[in-house]
Amino acid sequence: MTFDVYLNVVVAGILTGLVYGLMALGLSVIFGVVRIVNFAHGEMMSIAMYLAVVLFSSFGLDPLVMLVPIAAVMFAFGYVLQAGLINPFITRPEHSQFLLVVALAIIIVNALLIVFGPDARTVQTSYAYDSFQLGPVLVDASKAYAGGAAIAFAAALFAFFRYSRVGTAIRACADNYTGALVIGLNVKRLYALTFALGMACVGAAGCMMTLIVDVTPIIGPAYTLLAFVIVITGGLGSMAGALFGGILIGLTEALAGLIFTPSAKSMFAFAILVLVLLFRPQGLLGQRLS
Amino acid sequence: MLRVENLDVFYGDAQALDAVSLEVERGAIVAIVGANGAGKTSLIRAIAGMHKPARGRILFGATDIAGWPSHRVCNLGIGQVAEGRQIFPTLSVAENLAMGALLPRARARREENHERVLALFPVLAERSRQAAGTLSGGEQQMLAIGRCLMGAPELIMFDEPSLGLAPAVAHHLLGTIRALNRDGLTCLLVEQNVALSLKLAGRAYVLENGRITLTGTGSELLADDRVRSAYLGL
Repeated sequence: MTFDVYLNVVVAGILTGLVYGLMALGLSVIFGVVRIVNFAHGEMMSIAMYLAVVLFSSFGLDPLVMLVPIAAVMFAFGYVLQAGLINPFITRPEHSQFLLVVALAIIIVNALLIVFGPDARTVQTSYAYDSFQLGPVLVDASKAYAGGAAIAFAAALFAFFRYSRVGTAIRACADNYTGALVIGLNVKRLYALTFALGMACVGAAGCMMTLIVDVTPIIGPAYTLLAFVIVITGGLGSMAGALFGGILIGLTEALAGLIFTPSAKSMFAFAILVLVLLFRPQGLLGQRLS
Repeated sequence: MLRVENLDVFYGDAQALDAVSLEVERGAIVAIVGANGAGKTSLIRAIAGMHKPARGRILFGATDIAGWPSHRVCNLGIGQVAEGRQIFPTLSVAENLAMGALLPRARARREENHERVLALFPVLAERSRQAAGTLSGGEQQMLAIGRCLMGAPELIMFDEPSLGLAPAVAHHLLGTIRALNRDGLTCLLVEQNVALSLKLAGRAYVLENGRITLTGTGSELLADDRVRSAYLGL
């Protein structure tokens, strides 16, 4: 194999990794603020993927164009879910939260199976086989668009948390829960907003993923696991860590697929997780808990 | 202004407050004195809407706010400078202050209150871009008070404001509370420095094992033998 092949695979891996990172960003934000571990994360992304598939197959709407409305729908879904179902569980022990979210995951997988059946569905865009030649590198157009959209979405989220008043209030809740109550922040509403933002990430990432992989109802659990691997690798609660972890895992999977065999890619992703837990348990960009 | 009537508060099976009644008149400084575990913080948390009382009424003006969530209580004008300061350590000083002004009641006067706070604590202006967690203890307490003032409160409940501060800093802080009071702010003061808080207070209550056992003006309690032996070591 020539050097060019490696270069192509590295670029493709990074672009896929950006989408992984955006998905994991949702998990990281929800955990960092609400302190709920969303074990239904990948399943919730599969809802967004089916929304994108249905809109494409019924109306020919491009998933990248539908990204914003689908993220908005997932945002609303997340808000209602947190306000109605998860907020009452905030003060309960972790195992009851776990059961609640896992139950949601099972319901989602089976509801999708009932509605869509077990067969894989794909989105065949007009640019599915296009590519760009950049010097020696051949970049797949779908992946380039998806990666670019992931960067834009993540940047908007970073800016929201950094510069807006509401984003700062959400950071304040994560920083000091008691402090937030003391000054009269409406913590439950900010939690609902945070979960909604996490779901918007998942909604956007799901749209991008339909350009890269086929959709089946049972795709969810694998992506929940992947999101965990990414977030733990990058550092739990660190937004930059989630993106960085996504890129690292995307890159690892792509190279493993090239050098060994595509079916070995998960093995290498988990190997990275094990190495990180051994040598830097707080994650690559995470901070040690005091 | 604030009237607490027969308040019972439980934490699980443990009773923290037993039929507590007290009154804070508009413009007053009222002190609550008591040993650790007497229920002082429980009282403040119940008034602030951070812990639901089991029985009793908390009247602010004519409104019974017992059981209200904290964000609604704060928006009525009841501010709190909590025990342990409870600032946001990774947010900048400026961001901490801005968070205090998110209450709907405070939004219109944000600029005016911000200038007032910086005039009161000039050090907060110097440190505005610094992470709040890097401030000294005294500066963090100023930030906690400043953040509370950004919410335009009519009543501030201070919970152990001088705890952990050097004596000179603590004195300065209590001087600040006196100055705020002169400007029209009503204060409910819980303070481990009993002598100092009784000197400051118009009226004071002694809280023991969740009950009010003694009440009077600050100077009456300063002269009371029980208070002198139990809290002043005289």
